[in-house]
Amino acid sequence: MTTTNNGRPRTLFEKVWDYHVVKPQTADTPAVLYIDLHLVHEVTSPQAFTVLRERGLKVRRPDKTLGTMDHSTPTTPRNADGIIPILDAQASKQLETFTQNCADFNIPMYALGTENQGIVHVIGPEQGLTQPGMTIVCGDSHTSTHGAFGALAFGIGTSEVAHVLATQCLLQNKPKTMAIRVDGRLRPGVTAKDIILAIIAKIGVGGGTGHVVEYMGEAIRSLSMEGRMTICNMSIEGGARAGMVAPDETTFEYIAGRPYAPKGEAWEEALEFWRQLPTDDGATFDSEISLDANTLEPMITYGTNPGMGMPITARVPDPAEVPDVSKRMALEKALTYMGLQPGQPLLGKKVDVVFLGSCTNSRISDLREAARFLQGRKVAEGVRMLVVPGSQRVKRQAEAEGLDRIFKEAGAEWREAGCSMCIAMNGDQLQPGQYAVSTSNRNFEGRQGKGGRTFLASPLTAAATAVNGCVTDPREMMETV
Amino acid sequence: MEPIKTFTARIAPLPINDIDTDQIIPARFLKTTDRDGLGKSCFYDWRYDADGNPKPDFVLNKSEYQGAQVLIAGHNFGCGSSREHAPWALLGMGFKAIISTDFADIFRNNALKNGLLPIIVDAETQRQLISLAEEDPSTTVTIDLASQTVTLPDGRQLEFPIDSFSKYCLLNGVDQLGFLLGLEADIAAYEAEHPPRVNTHLV
Repeated sequence: MTTTNNGRPRTLFEKVWDYHVVKPQTADTPAVLYIDLHLVHEVTSPQAFTVLRERGLKVRRPDKTLGTMDHSTPTTPRNADGIIPILDAQASKQLETFTQNCADFNIPMYALGTENQGIVHVIGPEQGLTQPGMTIVCGDSHTSTHGAFGALAFGIGTSEVAHVLATQCLLQNKPKTMAIRVDGRLRPGVTAKDIILAIIAKIGVGGGTGHVVEYMGEAIRSLSMEGRMTICNMSIEGGARAGMVAPDETTFEYIAGRPYAPKGEAWEEALEFWRQLPTDDGATFDSEISLDANTLEPMITYGTNPGMGMPITARVPDPAEVPDVSKRMALEKALTYMGLQPGQPLLGKKVDVVFLGSCTNSRISDLREAARFLQGRKVAEGVRMLVVPGSQRVKRQAEAEGLDRIFKEAGAEWREAGCSMCIAMNGDQLQPGQYAVSTSNRNFEGRQGKGGRTFLASPLTAAATAVNGCVTDPREMMETV
Repeated sequence: MEPIKTFTARIAPLPINDIDTDQIIPARFLKTTDRDGLGKSCFYDWRYDADGNPKPDFVLNKSEYQGAQVLIAGHNFGCGSSREHAPWALLGMGFKAIISTDFADIFRNNALKNGLLPIIVDAETQRQLISLAEEDPSTTVTIDLASQTVTLPDGRQLEFPIDSFSKYCLLNGVDQLGFLLGLEADIAAYEAEHPPRVNTHLV
């Protein structure tokens, strides 16, 4: 890995990029980049398979491709036969098409309700498929999640899905690099989700456009793999196609023993390779940003994009204090949609729904954190709480630990695995005007259902809010747990 | 894909920042397995009320902007998801170019692969174009990809950037998949030298 750099210090991103260049970028053509793992799901793949059929092409490397059903799948409980009923005819057709495509092209696929099925960005890591130094793509912008392992992972469109299916390669112009350093230690009640919401509030939703971000610093090093995934997941919400964290012992420990992890001698070889990946001393980035974890508070969004976030104790900003005209108009439009007043606190704001789930926060640690607050408590009257595990594996693990009982006894709905109310394609959605605290990644207008209003926050904030029925600072509840 | 030719068209103003792909095409319309037919759902929740009737005050519903093929938008157009349904929907609604100060990476890539031109201008030009389109909806611009210019009614020409490969493909109707397929020997050579990282068929 260090043989081609001619002694020049390189970043983690540059090392992974260089390793995968099939043909270098020229003045006239982008680089041709080799892809180690291609994840596919039912929503962004059908038109790509159509292209393959129209041109009589095969999938070049089905052994580097894996499918799962997640976006349009129901998460409602199984029937007496153990089947999850699909009531939406269009979704049903899409899932059938996906099943047929994977069968025809010899792609292994996790079908709805089967033991490994789940959100595409939850299953890659939990199966041990996501490994340091790999290139990973998927027709989904949250593919950035896998960068937590020191992989270069990014979302692609359906035309590019066809490119990778047919050639295992992509045409890519080399992005710029951005270092985001988070020093210090998080205080109790402040989580990985709060770090990334604070970063996006700082750089804005377009701040990372054209860049691959590397997250570094003591606060990032101290995070579990699940926390790092939460951060890399929302890189795209700051405009960056990919976010990365250098692999370390935490990474290796997470991967070891998973189904697709290297074993025996191959494991030792992999470790040797992975240990060469971290950014060299003296390597430079196109831009650098830093944040102090010591001063971070739990974060919440108030507006209609993930950059409109603030500490949970703050007040909704006043458009009159925004000098830039277009930004002022954007804030006014957002507050009108959200039904909020300038200067209003969000603490104490009544909510209708709490959603715990999505590729951002549906892993076992997220469920454990939320369950800590819900144990022996009830979801407030009039509040609907959905708990949607990220995968069937997470669901089984949670059930083995009794977390499902805690959620159900509190009055929450315990669901099957899938994207659910994060993207609201599957019937799990807000009603017009409803407010939700959601652990997902996007608060765009209508994202969780037409007319629905989303406050993005951490699983801790979501659970505390569910108990009180209004936006609640999780630190209040920590004192009583 | 058909080569892109020079065209002259009216412009519609949508001066909103950070227009995300959920606004361009809401997720509930992604349950299709086709790429056609998405134009009617483009900007659906801004265009139609709860009963599915057009909202008369939404700019793209106004009669004077019907048939406009160029959209002038606020900053950072196309942020959010990777759905290629966004450019498919915009093309389906009749747009051939979107003008903004910047585009989200995945949207820009998707647009270029479908012949929808993402045209970057500076903030001052953006303001002028919005004013022109708002004050006189009959205003037309001429977009010429070969010279990378937008020509305004007063003859002024604005240059816009585009990467040379995308430009070449769009002007010549070259399909990028065909280009990649032509690199089979290089791809095979790479594979021979690099062991597979994982094998999804093994477990």
